Amino acid sequence: MTEPIIRAQAVEKFYLKPDGNRIEVIAPVDLDVEPGKIITLLGPSGSGKSTLLRMLTGLSRPSSGEVLWHGQPITSQNPGVAIVFQSFALFPWLTVLDNVEAPLEARGIGALERHKRALRILDTVGLDGFESAYPKELSGGMKQRVGFARALVVEPEVLFMDEPFSALDVLTAESLRNELLELWLNKKMPTKAIFIVTHNIEEAVLLADRVIVLGRNPARIRADFHVELSRPRDRKSARFVELVDYIYKIMTQPDLALAAPGAAASVQKPARQKYQMIPHARVGGIAGLLELLQDRGGKEDLYRLAENLVMDAEDLLPIIEASVLLGFATLKEGDVEITPDGTRFAEADILSRKTLFRQAALKHIVILQQIDSILHAKTDHSISEEFFYDILDEHFSQDEVERQFETAMNWGRYAEIFDSDRESHRLILAEPVSEPHVPNITPVQS
Amino acid sequence: MFSGGLALFYGVVEVGRNWLGPFTPHVEISPKLSALPAYAGYSLLRIAIAYVFSLIFAIGYGYIAAYRPGAERFMIPLLDVLQSIPVLSFLPGVMLAMAALFPGRQLGVEMGAVLLIFTGQVWNMAFSFYASLKSIPREMREAASIYRFNWWQRFVQIELPFATIGLVWNSMMSVAGAWFFLMACEQFSDFKLPGLGSYLQTAADNGDTRSIVMGILTMVAVIVLIDQFVWRPVIAWAEKFKMEQVESANAPTSWVLEFLQRSRGVAMFRKRAIRPLREQMIHYFARQNETRVQSTDESKGTLWIWRIVGGAALIAIGYAMVRVLMILVGLQASEFRELGWGLLATFLRVNFTLLLGALWTIPVGVAIGFNPRLARIAQPLAQIAASVPATALFPVVLLVLIRLGGGLGVGSIVLLLLGTQWYILFNVIAGAMAIPTDLKEAASVFGIGGWDRWRKLILPGIFPFLVTGMVTASGGAWNASIVAEYFHFKGQTYSTVGVGAMISAATDAKNFNLLLASTIALAAVVVTTNRLVWRRLYRLAETRYKLEG
Repeated sequence: MTEPIIRAQAVEKFYLKPDGNRIEVIAPVDLDVEPGKIITLLGPSGSGKSTLLRMLTGLSRPSSGEVLWHGQPITSQNPGVAIVFQSFALFPWLTVLDNVEAPLEARGIGALERHKRALRILDTVGLDGFESAYPKELSGGMKQRVGFARALVVEPEVLFMDEPFSALDVLTAESLRNELLELWLNKKMPTKAIFIVTHNIEEAVLLADRVIVLGRNPARIRADFHVELSRPRDRKSARFVELVDYIYKIMTQPDLALAAPGAAASVQKPARQKYQMIPHARVGGIAGLLELLQDRGGKEDLYRLAENLVMDAEDLLPIIEASVLLGFATLKEGDVEITPDGTRFAEADILSRKTLFRQAALKHIVILQQIDSILHAKTDHSISEEFFYDILDEHFSQDEVERQFETAMNWGRYAEIFDSDRESHRLILAEPVSEPHVPNITPVQS
Repeated sequence: MFSGGLALFYGVVEVGRNWLGPFTPHVEISPKLSALPAYAGYSLLRIAIAYVFSLIFAIGYGYIAAYRPGAERFMIPLLDVLQSIPVLSFLPGVMLAMAALFPGRQLGVEMGAVLLIFTGQVWNMAFSFYASLKSIPREMREAASIYRFNWWQRFVQIELPFATIGLVWNSMMSVAGAWFFLMACEQFSDFKLPGLGSYLQTAADNGDTRSIVMGILTMVAVIVLIDQFVWRPVIAWAEKFKMEQVESANAPTSWVLEFLQRSRGVAMFRKRAIRPLREQMIHYFARQNETRVQSTDESKGTLWIWRIVGGAALIAIGYAMVRVLMILVGLQASEFRELGWGLLATFLRVNFTLLLGALWTIPVGVAIGFNPRLARIAQPLAQIAASVPATALFPVVLLVLIRLGGGLGVGSIVLLLLGTQWYILFNVIAGAMAIPTDLKEAASVFGIGGWDRWRKLILPGIFPFLVTGMVTASGGAWNASIVAEYFHFKGQTYSTVGVGAMISAATDAKNFNLLLASTIALAAVVVTTNRLVWRRLYRLAETRYKLEG
């Protein structure tokens, strides 16, 4: 067994609320980064992948637990890391060459040596001739090449990449992935390990020697297994498809523990769910999915569905989760199947859809049930938005509260459970369309 | 080269002789045309000095507010209050204080002028720098951190470039405002400063039309030259600091900048002086970064220094508050009553001016904004007209008014309008231009015309811009009221009822208690109306009337 470069011991991230409540973003995680491997970290959006990456690099301190570099506690001066960012994070006012030289300047390396090393690395990533260009003159793929060059010029022991290909178009991403693999496999870069955060399942299987799948709320490792496919990997091969399917299954079934097909795997038990978390999907997306399922005979394989829709797992999964939560669809063995309720919804006209959605939402969605019963109970049939922020605040982090609230608003307004007054920030009971003959009663204030 | 150096040396000696020379309470302003360049030079120098101080202070203030934990909480609201205080209300007080601080030296009055211009222009620059620091993308900061940028590198390669565009635009606004304050300072009754402002006033005093015209032309020439030789090149240069992903098609250009970039002398200077210096800095800070040990003792020490500074500031503020209270208690009831009426009169006058300004600028601005051909002709003209500081024109307008037989009651409104209408006009034009074409087309397709078109399309469309313009105009009008309501002219004093007149009159009468009370009252009213009225309208504009792409 080789000595790991990085060892994370029970690292955890949580925020303390003013009332003493603790919002856990990342549950205690143990993780080793060993040399000679490409590791990909997969997880749904908002699962804390990027936070975990930042803790491993020393950019962010864990709330508890420890990150060790070669057995030593990590410091901000740790020499062995570089990060390639999703947004490239290049300095637009510096030329390509100056961007790549900047990390060397920070190390106090002389002008000549700086220049030589920067040019060499630009040559390696295929950017010779672009030294004096400014980033805004370059295409996305070229920009990310500059990002690679800037990362590689410091000769990092571990190269971290945070969604490096997700801001690029499909073809550019594909060619950059291949170039990265080529550099890595031919040992053209001095890096000992690569750690990639992604939400793209195929990308993860294509690149990785080892895949880690994160679960959500709080983040925890759901699966961690080695990919022993020979390179170059064929996306159409049975083993490849099987692996992708398997990861889809893990990601869509938060409560299930699955054994990896053939691979040595350890799947950890999920933590207890505290408050219902609604997936961030719009009603239009749910309707679209149900219509498509209906079209295809009511049942479809997840992987094929994603391929057909040309959608990332990141975008597709919340829609599927939402449909399942609302009782419009079920998930079994990596297949989505439409339910009778879902069929009725898919075939209904605009107004009946609202009624069906309203019934489903009031039956299954906790926060909408709460809002509905409070609005009915209060004499003025209205309540401040603040109130629901307070409920959500106790269970989710700040960003998540915003997203939960926004989605709940979207669903609730569509279902006509309530109206929201933007200026006073209050929710008001709506008169549902299904009862068109409600007489106009002027409320009498006593 | 040599003659340039000689001229510079002569200039320094001349300025030094004047500033350090004995205090002359009544400077004779020469009406001769040959004196104009020197006066323009003096005015320009004051503005330049005040600007350099403002820039340094703004960067320091913004830096501390953005990075020092806990500082943000009080530094930003403070900035907000300071920004809305009408600086001119402190003109008499500051001038008197500075003259007392340097008895028998011209330097005191000069520093008073510089200090006032500084206070007039620094706050928006500080806020702009702070806001830029706060909006640096997280990943860019992380890149700097992961690649171990040192303090210097962060500052020069990230923070300063990121803030440049905001700083440039705010600098332009600040300097334009500075002319306004400077003219007022130079005309200030007791301590005349040699400069364009005093020249114009003397010319108006003497009824010398030729000097008036030449003075205004010089003023316009100076402003146009600054625009061509300073702002245009700087804006064109700052283009490279834009955070854009693709190059914009029509970037601003400047012939001066192109000339400088092609010049061999400048290239030489960069290669011989700037690059080696830069290299030195890189090595110095890189070494410092490596040897620096994280010691908690040191940070504890600095923490204590900060606490002591903060404590001292609190004590000083507390003491000042007590003194102010004592003075205010000492005021007579009649003075309070007078103050109340003055505030009311000025309040009405300022808002009447705003209304008048809005009434003519909205139709005109919309017409210009909707018609590109008209905009091409009208906009540069309006810009030149607006660039002449209203205070410079005050004596001239007064001269005309007196000839026509009007008093300062009407006159002050004309004067206020002169200073404030441009803010509204430019914002309305910008707002009208920002209304998307498809909205305009939709309106005409659905046959929305006449008053309905104004009510449903144009007014909501320009609303955010109109509010911005009115906020700025309101601040400007309150400021101008101090010089507009009370004027020494041809040996006579013209005044009308108002808090601005009270401030000036109290200064003349050396009634410091009343001066202090009226200054505070004026500042309080402005800050309160800003909070209660403008801030709310602003929020409404931001939420309901924002055109989102």
